[in-house]
Amino acid sequence: MTLRIGIDVGGTNTDAAVLDRSDRIVARAKRPTTPDVTGGLRAALAAVLDELGDRAGAVTRVMLGTTHATNAILERRALGRVAVLRLGAPATTSIPPLEDWPDDLRRAVAAGAAILPGGYFVDGRPIAPLDAGAVRRFLAGTAAAGPVEAVAVTGVFSPASADQEQRVAEIVRAELGESVAISLSHEIGSLGLLERENATVLNAALYGVARDVTAALRVALEERGLAVETFFAQNDGTLMAVDYAARYPVLTIGSGPANSLRGAAFLSGVGDAIVADVGGTSTDLGVLTGGFPRESAAAVEIGGVSTNFRMPDILSVALGGGTVVGGGPQSGGDGAALGPRSVGYRITEEALVFGGATPTMTDAAVAAGRGRVGTHPVTAAERLARAVRLADEMVVDAVDRIALGKADRPLIAVGGGAFILPDALPGVGEVVRPKDAEVANAVGAAIALASGRFETIAPAGAGRAAAVERAKEEAAARAAAAGADPARVRIVELTEIPLSYLPESAVRVHVKAAGPLT
Amino acid sequence: MQPAITLDDVAPLARGCAVLGTGGGGDVRSGALAAARAIREHGEVPLVTLADLDADALVVPLSGIGAPTVSHEMIHAEAEPDRIRDEIERLFGRPPAAVMSSEIGGSNGVAPVAWAARLGVPLLDADGMGRAFPEVQMVSMYVAGLPANLVIMSDVVGNVVTIRPVDGLWAERIARAVCVAAGSSALMADYVLTAREARGAVIEGTVTRAIAVGRSTDGAADPLAALRETLGAELLIGGKVTDVARRTAGGFVRGTVTVEGVAGDRGRTLTLEIQNENLVALEDGRVLAMVPDLITVVDTQAATAVQTEALRYGQRVSVLAWPCDPLWRTPKGLATAGPRAFGYDLDYVPVERSARVNGGTREAAR
Repeated sequence: MTLRIGIDVGGTNTDAAVLDRSDRIVARAKRPTTPDVTGGLRAALAAVLDELGDRAGAVTRVMLGTTHATNAILERRALGRVAVLRLGAPATTSIPPLEDWPDDLRRAVAAGAAILPGGYFVDGRPIAPLDAGAVRRFLAGTAAAGPVEAVAVTGVFSPASADQEQRVAEIVRAELGESVAISLSHEIGSLGLLERENATVLNAALYGVARDVTAALRVALEERGLAVETFFAQNDGTLMAVDYAARYPVLTIGSGPANSLRGAAFLSGVGDAIVADVGGTSTDLGVLTGGFPRESAAAVEIGGVSTNFRMPDILSVALGGGTVVGGGPQSGGDGAALGPRSVGYRITEEALVFGGATPTMTDAAVAAGRGRVGTHPVTAAERLARAVRLADEMVVDAVDRIALGKADRPLIAVGGGAFILPDALPGVGEVVRPKDAEVANAVGAAIALASGRFETIAPAGAGRAAAVERAKEEAAARAAAAGADPARVRIVELTEIPLSYLPESAVRVHVKAAGPLT
Repeated sequence: MQPAITLDDVAPLARGCAVLGTGGGGDVRSGALAAARAIREHGEVPLVTLADLDADALVVPLSGIGAPTVSHEMIHAEAEPDRIRDEIERLFGRPPAAVMSSEIGGSNGVAPVAWAARLGVPLLDADGMGRAFPEVQMVSMYVAGLPANLVIMSDVVGNVVTIRPVDGLWAERIARAVCVAAGSSALMADYVLTAREARGAVIEGTVTRAIAVGRSTDGAADPLAALRETLGAELLIGGKVTDVARRTAGGFVRGTVTVEGVAGDRGRTLTLEIQNENLVALEDGRVLAMVPDLITVVDTQAATAVQTEALRYGQRVSVLAWPCDPLWRTPKGLATAGPRAFGYDLDYVPVERSARVNGGTREAAR
C-alpha cells in the first residue's frame, strides 16, 4: 500500500494530509507556520509521519505547496545574482530591463543588465541577428564585476521564435560553465515583454531558494529513512516534479489558493462550484470550473514587480471565525457591527465559547445553532443574531460578485471556520460541507495533476489549425516534462484571442495540458 | 513659473489617459514607464500652451501606431523620435519647438512625455482627439481643414518614411501599410503644424485635463462620484458585465458587451457596441450615448478605466458617458468620427440629451 503526503504552507498554519492509493485520508495534521517556513513544514511532516507509525515506510511521494519563493522575494532574502540579458536592440530601448522594479529588489538581484541585438518581429523575421561576440563580452564583463549565479534571457517574440534564446543558453554554458543556471523567457511566460522578462529574472533569482527547500525536505525525509519523490504545487493548482520545479521555481508562487480550490473539488466530488475557504480572519472565495480554479484576468504583481502569471481568481472578505462582533467592550463604540477586526489565533482564549470576553463570529454562529464549538455555553443575544445576518449578507454579496451571474452552482465550504456559513444561501444551489474540509489545501496538493502551458501567435487563416495543433503538442510535452503520464495528458484549456491591427488576422493561442502523475 | 510634467504627474496622467481612452488607445503602462524613465534621464518636461509658442514655431503631433499586442512585446526604440526630429529639420529648416500628443486617450497620451523629454522640447497642452480613435484621419487637424499632406514615420530599426498623401484617408491607408512592413509598430508624426495653424485645429488643455481626471480619484471617499464630477459625466448604468462577444472584422476587434444593472439599476440592461473603443451604448434599442461622445467603462469601486480587451464576464462596472469636444459635433467632425463613420446607421444625438431623454441616467451628473 503506497501513501503520499500533501503539505500546504499557509499564512497561519502548515497543513499536512496523507492519502492512500484510493485517495482515502489516513492521517492529517495542522501546525503553526514558522517565520523560516521550513520549521513549520518539518513539524507538520513529523506529525503525520508519527501518526502513520510503521506505515510511514509506505510513503512514496510528497507534494509540497510552499511560500518559500514568495517570502524570498518579499523579504529580498536568499535571492541569486542574475545577469539580465534582453535580445531586442535596436528595439525596446525606451524601457530597459528591471525599470519597474523596486530599488532594493533590483539591487539584491541584478548582477548586470543589457539589451543586445536580436529578437524577432511579429512575423518571425529577426529584428537583428544575434551577436554572439556581444553576448560573450556582456557575460565576461558581468562575471568580472561580481558573482553571477544565473542568467536570464528574454528575446522579443521568443514565445513564437525561441532559437536565439536557445543559442544564448549554449553560449552561457560555454562561457560560464554548467554551474550557472539559465532562465529562458519562452519557457516561463507568455507575450508581453516586460512582464515575461520580470518573471524570467525572478525565476533565475529563485534557483538557490528552490535548491534549499528541496534539500531541507530531503533531509527531513531521510532522517525518517524515507526516500520519496517530491513534487511542488504551482499557482494553477497543478504539480511539477522536483527537477522541473528546480528549473521553474517562480511557478510555485501562489499555489495556496489553488490547492484549497482543488482540494475542495476533490473532497466534495464537485467540479463546478464556488468554494469558500473560511479561516480565522478572512474568507477566500474562488470558482471551480471543470475541477480547476478560474484564473484572474489581471496580471499579477509579485513583490512590487509586474508579471504575466495568471493566478486563481480569489475574492477575500474580512469575515472569519475570529471576526469580532461589534458593540462589545472592544469595538471602540464606533457601532461597527461586525469586524473587520479579528482575534485571530487567540480565539481559543478570547471567544465567549472558550470562556473569553470577546464576542466573535464563532460565538454568533454557535448561538445561531450552526455549530458546536468551544467549552462554554453562549446565550443567544440580539447582537449575535444581528452579526449572523450581517455575515450572511457579506457572503451573499461576495458569492454574487465571484459567481459572475451564474446562479445555482453549489458552494463548497472548507477551512476551519466553515461552520459559520449557513446551510442555504441565495445564489447558490446547495452548501456542500465535505469531510476533512479543514485540510482541503493539503489534500489539494496531494491529489493535483501535473501540467504544462504554451502560448503563441497563430495566423487566423489556413495555418491556424496546424498552429493550434502544434501549441497543443507543446503544452502536452511540457506537462509530461513536469511529471504527467504522457498517455493520460489532456488539453484542459484552450483560448484563442483575436488580435487587432495586424496585417493578416491572427489569434493569440493559449493552451494548458494536464494529466495524472506517472 | 512654467508648469512642467514631473515624475509625480506620470501616474495620474496615465490613469486619466486610460479614462479618456474610451476603452481603447492601448495600454498606458508601458508609456508611463517610458515617460518616467525619460524624465529621470532628461528632466521634467515643460508644458506649454499655444500662446507660449511663436506663431511660426513647429509643433509635431506624435503617436505610436501599430497592433497593441505588438507594442506590448516589441517596445519602442529610444531613438525613434530623434529620427522624426531630424527629418522635420531637413524638411522645414528648423526643428520642432514642441511635441503634441495626437491622441490623449490611452498610451499615446502618456508616451509623448517620454518623446518630448528625449528631444528636450516642451509638450503642448493639447491633442488631436480629446479621446482615442482607431484611425489616422480621425484627428482634429483633419476636421479643421488642415491639408493632410505630410506623415513621417520612424520604426524600431531606424527606417524613416516620409509620406506625402493627397488626403487623410490615403494617409491612413499608406501609413498602415508602412506600419505593417515595419513589424506592426512605428512612431508617427501626422501633420507638422506651426503654432498659428494649430489654433482652432487642436483640442487644447487635454494634458492638464487628463492629469486632473487621474488625480480626481486620489483619496476620494467615493472615487466614482469624484471621477464623474471631474468629467461631467452621465452615469449610464452601474452593473456587472454578463456577456462579452468579440469578433475581428476589417482588422479591428469588434464586439458587444452586455452590462446588467445592480442595486438601483437592477432590472436594466445596457449593451455596448465596441470597435477597439466603446462606440454606442444602448438600452432596449434606445441609444443612450454614441461616438464621438466619450463612453468609458470603469471599475465601480476604484473608478479606474477598464479597457475593452480587459472586459470580462462578471466585472462590477459603471458606464460613464460625457460630451466630446465641440469640434467633433460639427458636420465634418461627425462625418469623420460620428456613428456612421463606424458603420452605425444612427443620427447623432448629444449624450447630454440622449442619456436623459431616454431615461438612462438615474440622476443628473451634476
